[in-house]
Amino acid sequence: MDWSTVQLWVGALLTLMIFSFLYKDNPFYKFAEHLFVGVSAAYWMVQGFWQQIVPNLLAKLAPGSFENIIEAARGQQPELVYIIPLILGLILLTRLIPSIAWFSRWSMAFIIGYTAGSNLTRYLVSDFIKQVEKTLALPLVATHADNWLQWIMYSVSNLVVFGGVICGLIYFYFSKEHTGAFGRASRAGIWVLMVAFGASFGYTVMARISLLIGRLEFLGSWIRSFI
Amino acid sequence: MGFLEALGRLDRRWIFLLIAVSVTIPLLLQRPAPVKPSPIVRNLYTAIDALPPGSKLLLSLDYGPSTVPENDPMAHAIARHALSKDLKLYVMTIWATGPPLITNLFETVIVPGFPGKTYGEDYLNLGYKVGNQGLIQSLTSDFRNQYTQDVGWGDIAARPVGQIPMMSTIRTIKDFDFIAGIGSGQPGLKEWVQFAGDPTGTPVGGGVTAVEAPLLYPYYPTQLVGLLGGLAGAAEYEALLVENHPEFGEAAQVALIRMFPQTVAHLVIVSFVLLGNISYFAQRGRRRK
Amino acid sequence: MKRTIPILITAVVGGLLIAAYFVPAPFLASADRLIPDFFNIIAAFAFVLGGGNLLRVHLTKISRRDHEWTYSVVTVVGFLVMLLAGLLKLGTGEGGAFHWTYDLADGRLLYDALYQSVFTPCQATMFSLLAFFVASASYRAFRAKTPEATVLLIAAFVILIGRTFVGGYLTAWIPEPFSEYLHIPNLSAWIMSFPNLAGQRTIQMGIALGIISNSLRLILGIERSHLGGGD
Repeated sequence: MDWSTVQLWVGALLTLMIFSFLYKDNPFYKFAEHLFVGVSAAYWMVQGFWQQIVPNLLAKLAPGSFENIIEAARGQQPELVYIIPLILGLILLTRLIPSIAWFSRWSMAFIIGYTAGSNLTRYLVSDFIKQVEKTLALPLVATHADNWLQWIMYSVSNLVVFGGVICGLIYFYFSKEHTGAFGRASRAGIWVLMVAFGASFGYTVMARISLLIGRLEFLGSWIRSFI
Repeated sequence: MGFLEALGRLDRRWIFLLIAVSVTIPLLLQRPAPVKPSPIVRNLYTAIDALPPGSKLLLSLDYGPSTVPENDPMAHAIARHALSKDLKLYVMTIWATGPPLITNLFETVIVPGFPGKTYGEDYLNLGYKVGNQGLIQSLTSDFRNQYTQDVGWGDIAARPVGQIPMMSTIRTIKDFDFIAGIGSGQPGLKEWVQFAGDPTGTPVGGGVTAVEAPLLYPYYPTQLVGLLGGLAGAAEYEALLVENHPEFGEAAQVALIRMFPQTVAHLVIVSFVLLGNISYFAQRGRRRK
Repeated sequence: MKRTIPILITAVVGGLLIAAYFVPAPFLASADRLIPDFFNIIAAFAFVLGGGNLLRVHLTKISRRDHEWTYSVVTVVGFLVMLLAGLLKLGTGEGGAFHWTYDLADGRLLYDALYQSVFTPCQATMFSLLAFFVASASYRAFRAKTPEATVLLIAAFVILIGRTFVGGYLTAWIPEPFSEYLHIPNLSAWIMSFPNLAGQRTIQMGIALGIISNSLRLILGIERSHLGGGD
């Protein structure tokens, strides 16, 4: 039996073990689940070590020592600025030692500072300013169309987006009571959101079925290997 | 207990069985579904198709085994399209689970389908780096500081980027003509728009799982050139590709074949929901009486 | 030390990135280049922390003989085998015990073999289980009880049918030019591109405002709950 056959059988048996959960929770499922957790944690660790820590940290700090492993380090000068992420990275690991775990907050603070600083500008531009701009720039009356129906639909479609966004935002505005015209707009906002949720639901179902198809294809290839 | 009440209390394992059967039987037929491309998919196809030969396309495979059935056909179709147009294909990933998917792309699509193309001159494996959005942001200021070398392919060992012909003109992400992100979550296509496309003006397009697709529509069409939403999106792209490149044949119709069982399963689920509602309203009507 | 320094680090790092976005100064451009670079490296250490933490939790369970501790043995063994295979680049036996290749997806590595035979089937199957649960949940819970729920249901139906070829057959009888919009696949594309877009944009803008305000609170040191106790 060659290595690829072993892999196919191990994969198929683990697939069946996990599918057995559909009948009820059982030791086979738990075995596969726990094995997966252990293997995946190590998988990530190895990727982080060989693809980032070695080439982008150690090989930059001490290129001479790593030139046999990382070809790009050959002939390079040490970049001592990388001592900073090395220290912060090691400090992060103090979280594993309860008596000095608080020290890891320094590294966490860097991670949070980066995430907050970069998210603030990117979300502001991509997810807020550009969205406001695109909503307000919509022509509510179509300027060109091939036929009358297209003209109506272009205009209605843009109105749906413009009105939908405004009404949706009104629904999320809680500082004013949702009564009268404001309440009616808020209710229209709910309807727009419901259509969006319906679309998301439909797409979610679609996604899950696709994944099942992939797994059944795999089981099919396994069955074909021995019949 | 009436029929409708029994229907309402149906053991869920019967539903599980029916779903499994409804996917398995049409899957055995291996028939491509007739698919009509939607405008959002056509836009992506047209944008890539319009790139002149020699243009640099960055393809990022940001997913893992969990969504391979949806994402792989997208990545494979875009890679086929790019190489058939003589574009330079740079493949990378910001997901740790991505590197084996790049290998699979090379083994199953590029090497057998494009024997005339050379690794390092026409396509390149840049592999994985940690950092999510941080990595994308770093690439916008200094690509070579992150990717100091490629990963290599087959007998060709990893080389410093300075020795790779395809990398001679790449300094930052702005040097690419198109970024195609294939993703299944965070980080993914959204981050490519936020951290690469919007700040640099490089066109971004790609495909995501169906779960994520509705969330990305607000970016279309100015921030996101086009979008493949789930398996159906992949199938639509394949339909366009096969229509214009019949030479790719059945190998390029993976998503189209999967759309057949997908359709049957959709119909079964719609029937379930209808039956569930009929049962609910019948019982409610009886209670009111 | 425990709170003041982290607050300062967050403020300086976040503040520099925001300033770099708006002010084209060379010093800030360097900060904008180095900070994400450092972040990427620290993030790699977080993977190590994750693995270390998992090991600690499961070894504690084993040593205490906690409920179902035997499964923790499976986790620890799986973790250690994968870790050693990857760090030492052990081979599968085809052509040597070690393969010092830079490519971790090289088929000759035991690490890659374990990815293909253990990681891939487990992850893919776990996600595919959701197909069954989503079908069952739809059957049991998806009821048109209110007008809003009915709208959701109809939108979902149009999408589910419209994204398949059956949708095309069902409405093939609709004449031009109405078919451009009422043909179910076209109607489904219209729902996605207009009402769905409006709804998603509303949510997206709300999330963006939330992220912006929370980021500001973190950078200004107003939000400190993540730091825990102590000075």
